[in-house]
Amino acid sequence: MDYFTELFFSGLTRGSIYALIALGYTMVYGIIGLINFAHGEIYMIGAFTALITSTILNIYGFPLPAVIILTVLASTIWAAAYGFTVEKLAYQPLRNAPRLSPLISAIGMSIFLQNYVLLAQTSDFLPFPALIPDFKFMEPYAGVIGTSDMLILVTTAVVMLLLTWLIKFTRTGKAMRATAQDQKMAMLVGINVDRVISITFIIGSALAAIGGLLIASHIGQINFYIGFIAGIKAFTAAVLGGIGSVPGAVLGSFILGLTESFATGYVSSDYEDVFAFSLLVLILIFRPSGLLGKASIEKV
Amino acid sequence: MISLTDIKKGLLVSLWFVFLTFPLMVIKINPIDKVILWRWSNMYWVAGGSFLCYLAMQIYKTRKLTRQEHIKQGLIKEKPKMQFKLLSDPKIYLPTLAVAGLFFLAFPLLFSTYQTNIMITALMYVVLGLGLNIVVGVAGLLDLGYVAFYAVGAYSYALLHLHFGLGFWEVLPIGGLLAASFGILLGFPVLRLRGDYLAIVTLGFGEIIRLILENWNEFSHGPSGISNIPRPGFFGIHLGLEQSITYLYYLMILMVIFTIFVVNRLQSSRIGRAWFALREDEIACQAMGIDKTKTKLTAFALGAFWAGMVGVIFAAKTTFVNPASFTFLESAIILCIVVLGGMGSIIGVIIAALILILLPEYLRAFSDYRMLVFGAVLVIMMVFRPQGIVANIRRTYTVQKND
Amino acid sequence: MEPLLNITGLTMNFGGIRALDNLDLRVREGQIVALIGPNGAGKTTFFNCLTGIYKPTSGDLLLTPPGKKTRRLNGLKPNKVTQQGLARTFQNIRLFPNMTVLENVMIGRHCRTRAKVLGALFRNAGTVQEEQEIVALSLMILENMGLADMVNEFAKNLPYGDQRRLEIGRALATDPLLLLLDEPAAGMNPQETSELEELITTIRDDGLSILLIEHDMKLVMNLSDYIFVLDYGKKIAEGTPEEIRNNPAVIKAYLGEDIEDA
Ligand SMILES: Nc1ncnc2c1ncn2[C@@H]1O[C@H](COP(=O)(O)OP(=O)(O)OP(=O)(O)O)[C@@H](O)[C@H]1O
Ligand SMILES: [Mg+2]
Repeated sequence: MDYFTELFFSGLTRGSIYALIALGYTMVYGIIGLINFAHGEIYMIGAFTALITSTILNIYGFPLPAVIILTVLASTIWAAAYGFTVEKLAYQPLRNAPRLSPLISAIGMSIFLQNYVLLAQTSDFLPFPALIPDFKFMEPYAGVIGTSDMLILVTTAVVMLLLTWLIKFTRTGKAMRATAQDQKMAMLVGINVDRVISITFIIGSALAAIGGLLIASHIGQINFYIGFIAGIKAFTAAVLGGIGSVPGAVLGSFILGLTESFATGYVSSDYEDVFAFSLLVLILIFRPSGLLGKASIEKV
Repeated sequence: MISLTDIKKGLLVSLWFVFLTFPLMVIKINPIDKVILWRWSNMYWVAGGSFLCYLAMQIYKTRKLTRQEHIKQGLIKEKPKMQFKLLSDPKIYLPTLAVAGLFFLAFPLLFSTYQTNIMITALMYVVLGLGLNIVVGVAGLLDLGYVAFYAVGAYSYALLHLHFGLGFWEVLPIGGLLAASFGILLGFPVLRLRGDYLAIVTLGFGEIIRLILENWNEFSHGPSGISNIPRPGFFGIHLGLEQSITYLYYLMILMVIFTIFVVNRLQSSRIGRAWFALREDEIACQAMGIDKTKTKLTAFALGAFWAGMVGVIFAAKTTFVNPASFTFLESAIILCIVVLGGMGSIIGVIIAALILILLPEYLRAFSDYRMLVFGAVLVIMMVFRPQGIVANIRRTYTVQKND
Repeated sequence: MEPLLNITGLTMNFGGIRALDNLDLRVREGQIVALIGPNGAGKTTFFNCLTGIYKPTSGDLLLTPPGKKTRRLNGLKPNKVTQQGLARTFQNIRLFPNMTVLENVMIGRHCRTRAKVLGALFRNAGTVQEEQEIVALSLMILENMGLADMVNEFAKNLPYGDQRRLEIGRALATDPLLLLLDEPAAGMNPQETSELEELITTIRDDGLSILLIEHDMKLVMNLSDYIFVLDYGKKIAEGTPEEIRNNPAVIKAYLGEDIEDA
């Protein structure tokens, strides 16, 4: 029972992280219909920026709350900046190109960013400082859920709520939904589509950075390659839930996180990644519209 | 040419990139010893580099615009492209071909074994590129798991030799056919998917195959791989290392010629036309009576076939296979060859493979940046020259007017 | 006698929208039949259902080639429908832009030829001959379309009107019994339209039947033997051009309620 609960919470934690990344995929896909391959790399860059910022602040002896706040700020800002720039450089010029072109460009961007970090920083795993101290009040539950798991869950929940609010109730959110539905019409009614797309990338990237930061401090080490696998898994989650759908991405992430956690816990950890990939392949083959996505017929 | 606003904007752009790259390029930390390294020189490089890139892009854009403007107004005629002239005038391309042919024939005599070995690798990538070109370049199916078929070929030689003692020549066609069968097996369910999903699923399959090879010890000997795979035999005569490399080189040359021949014939056939049409517009294609699934499947299987054969050759060349040789990056390199060369263009793919594989070998300074450059090449080609260095040429027909 | 094409009860739903509502329609052999209706009436959707690109919610699509048994087109894949003898053009031209004009037409021959991979590799006599026939026939079609001068141009470089004609030529290359044209005159100038009118008549005189979607009423009235009118997915009228011209329901659908009230 205890083992089960432990696996359950570790699955939830995983799921939350996937959700933070999956949202970026789903939002971008919803708006420009592109699988943003480089999204996993943005998450990795977010984690690296967090590591660098927090280490520097620690060396200069900043107090913990300041370190946390500034680290979060720096990693989201820089990740957002990267997301924005990637879109401007690699995707915007290809708005009207054949469908494969932006996809190939995205793959190129992903490889580029990976190796950029590899060259600019290092290929080794770097230890990531535990930013979050273990809270006193959590002690009785330590066997079931750690402080950082808890924090990841809470952060994710808050972020989701904020995002839902933004999409549902703000002007920007409305513009985003309009653009997702029909870009030409949105342009005709005076929505600045380029701006909306940029904002989508910025938000998605910032969310990924939060994910990167949380997972890095949870697991305790990062390297340049973490974005690739995490990216594919988050994409799996997004597809599972129905790509383009925000609640779908969250649902898919939790399902994937839990399945992975139980599968590695009860079956075998050797095939952890095989499991996620197989799930992805199976969904795409049997239910490409996902759990919450609507099957649409391409207009001819 | 360059206006003041351009320079101002260029400065802003370079400022932006300095900001963007600051944490990763300038700062380097050592979290264990708690020391910070400030690499200021990198900042100047980024600033200067992005400024110059911006200006170059601006110049490129204005020139392109004015050219188009002039063409529209009829001031200048659209020049027939230099490369088209090169490729269509026999007075030029025949001698070039002859020189290139002689060079490649004499290569092992002129250069060391080491160089020959590198050239063999490059030629292997030529064939891989031509194979993937059928799938991606011609039929427009973005296959990111191409390396899986390569692995199938390599492991089929390793395993068939290990368990049944089969030799290189027996396994060469078997490896190709096995890879093609895998292609069909994989293609059957996934080829119904839209292009971008297909890319992801093939990527997933590629990784699954690699992970299985890594973890299924009883079958594949796990990460340590299989060694002592024999080099190809020459009518039962035992060859020394040097001789066998030379032998392998000529084998590869034959293989390349064979591939070019087959790919060329396929492309200019009824099936090749259907592939091109499929890449252009799937719906129109179906409405013209082309069976989408069958046509895609043929492309997929034929592409996989070459990967399987080269896989066998790879195993024979290195005498050792392990899963580490078959990562996603390998697929990415082959994709890069196709994209740089020009989708569907045989000559382009050959040139691109030679450039991309040989350059990092000979420019050591370049080799660290290899993957970085490959990534950049994919983006830059898509944005500036989606047709590749040598655009695919459509066959022309002469019409006799009988009036 | 069975009509060439007999459609009964065709219905197509997109989620909540009913784009086609219990539609009955017939095309007799050798006829030019027009399908008209205001924007969004469901005309293109009708073509898409007929050619297997959309899967209709319900309804029966029956094709009876002259002198042959009736066959059902429901549930066939688009390529099979084409093989049965229906060929179409698209409202938003869908040529193969980076292939030459000739190749575009040659693609149309695909479903009537059979060379396989081995034939392509060995170029045996049969394959070579088949290929020559494809080229010859395609050239002839292009000649008839008035496109013989541009066989080696990329399709994307053709002027708009020529692209429309090329699309018709490509469809003809599949040897259809019934040609489906979706707004062939859209974007054409009067000169081109009258040439098109001539072209369509010639095609009919060569023995094909034609189902035509068109907004240009003059063209429709001049050409059609019979007209079906759609509005909001429902058939609101059918008849000869004369009957349709004077049908109050049609006038209402086209001009809107306001005019009648005024
Ligand atoms: N794939 C699709 N998914 C959802 N709705 C669709 C789809 N295709 C068509 N529709 C809807 O069906 C209705 C009919 O559209 P259709 O294109 O058939 O009209 P049309 O008569 O061809 O109009 P037009 O004269 O403008 O070409 C429209 O409301 C359209 O939005
Ligand atoms: Mg229409």
